[in-house]
Amino acid sequence: MPLTHAFFAVIRRDLILALRRRSEIANPLLFFVLVITLFPLGIGARPQLLQTIAPGIIWVAALLAAMLSLDSLFRSDFDDGSLEQMLLSQHPVSVLILGKIIAHWLVTGLPLLVIAPLLAIFLGMSVHSLGILLLTLLLGTPVLSLIGAIGVALTVGLRRGGMILSLLVLPLYVPVLIFAGNAVAMAGNGLPVGAQINILTAMLFMALALAPWPTAAALKMSMSQ
Amino acid sequence: MFLFPDPVGRFFHRMASPPHFYALTDKLMPWLVGIFLILLVGGLYGGLYLAPPDYQQGDSYRIIYIHVPSAWMSLFIYIVMAMAGAVGLIWRIKLAEIVAISSASVGASFTFIALVTGSLWGKPMWGAWWVWDARLTSELILLFLYLGVIGLYNAIDDKRTASKAVAILALVGVVNIPIIHYSVEWWNTLHQGPTVTKMDKPSIHVSMLVPLLTMAVAFKFYYVIAMLQRARLELLQRERTAAWVKKMVTEQQP
Repeated sequence: MPLTHAFFAVIRRDLILALRRRSEIANPLLFFVLVITLFPLGIGARPQLLQTIAPGIIWVAALLAAMLSLDSLFRSDFDDGSLEQMLLSQHPVSVLILGKIIAHWLVTGLPLLVIAPLLAIFLGMSVHSLGILLLTLLLGTPVLSLIGAIGVALTVGLRRGGMILSLLVLPLYVPVLIFAGNAVAMAGNGLPVGAQINILTAMLFMALALAPWPTAAALKMSMSQ
Repeated sequence: MFLFPDPVGRFFHRMASPPHFYALTDKLMPWLVGIFLILLVGGLYGGLYLAPPDYQQGDSYRIIYIHVPSAWMSLFIYIVMAMAGAVGLIWRIKLAEIVAISSASVGASFTFIALVTGSLWGKPMWGAWWVWDARLTSELILLFLYLGVIGLYNAIDDKRTASKAVAILALVGVVNIPIIHYSVEWWNTLHQGPTVTKMDKPSIHVSMLVPLLTMAVAFKFYYVIAMLQRARLELLQRERTAAWVKKMVTEQQP
């Protein structure tokens, strides 16, 4: 089987598996909505204040939702042994892993974009900043999946990897949070956001090119223990 | 080892052997401690007694003799850790793995010291224990990165595997540190700019600079001492079934 076929076969397989376990798609999404609903309840229904902190809230919630959904990336494949077969295959592991990450993002990252307009309305964001928010989510959430994959690959062999995963992954998420949150906030004030979008795009391409390597190495390490 | 001349290659091969490393560090330790103490006393005397007070900050600036070297060490140790981890990953040298993980906790302590001393200095100078300034924030994130490394190492039972995991994480961290640093820098800056590294015309007087650099070297020696002690302990624990450890233990007992 040529490499591109294998790559798309991995994506197809993961998407079919995800469609058969729909609750795994719904859970991070529900979490995302719930966390954002908590903020007005905790802070008070002050539209002005909510509007100012909306970009930050949405992005922090997206970060946490992305992190919570990470565990499903390799868990079931690790448990039933299909990950081992993938590592044994003739194809470069990093490419197959990239396929898995893309499938995972389609299932957990993309739905955040679909639900974001609703939340923007909750928090009183303008249409213009909503557009920028969607753009940053489109560029930023794949980076979260790619960086997160390294963390999951390191901890997938552990029985209680959850807490340690957040410690590994969240510091690495900081640049995405800064640039994405800042872009949306600037857009709210009517300022140009070209620089932030360019940097986010650069981060996305860098993560696409670099992240699969350590992920593959970490998976081999996790397999061997 | 065709990249290096033969004696260098031989030195590394010998150093990579645990019994040789253990014996050599045993011999080196008194020298290292001696040099460290001389530098520490000299640096503290120069910094706390000889150096004049700052014309704006008075005597409270003197905390830089602890703060600045710690901050330098925090980054330096992370890079050493990542390099040792890479050597361990590539050449499978057991000692490099041990050096990497032994550096982690020393680096975390230096990062913590830099944060605490910075906070103590910030209260009278900026009027707040903590401000969300770029350098403070990236130092805090560096601390989290260290804690992640230590946590990951402790979470994995098989220590050879744990060392590999730590090496991968440290290398990912090294790629990310500049990105984190510059993103945070761009996000917010209140901290004063670097005063020492401007090579053409340092904006710090020689009488203050010399003790500062002495302290920096002293901290380097302290790191080597602390790292080697941890490494020796880790080595004994890992090699507890090896013949040389048994021999050493039985020979030492009267």
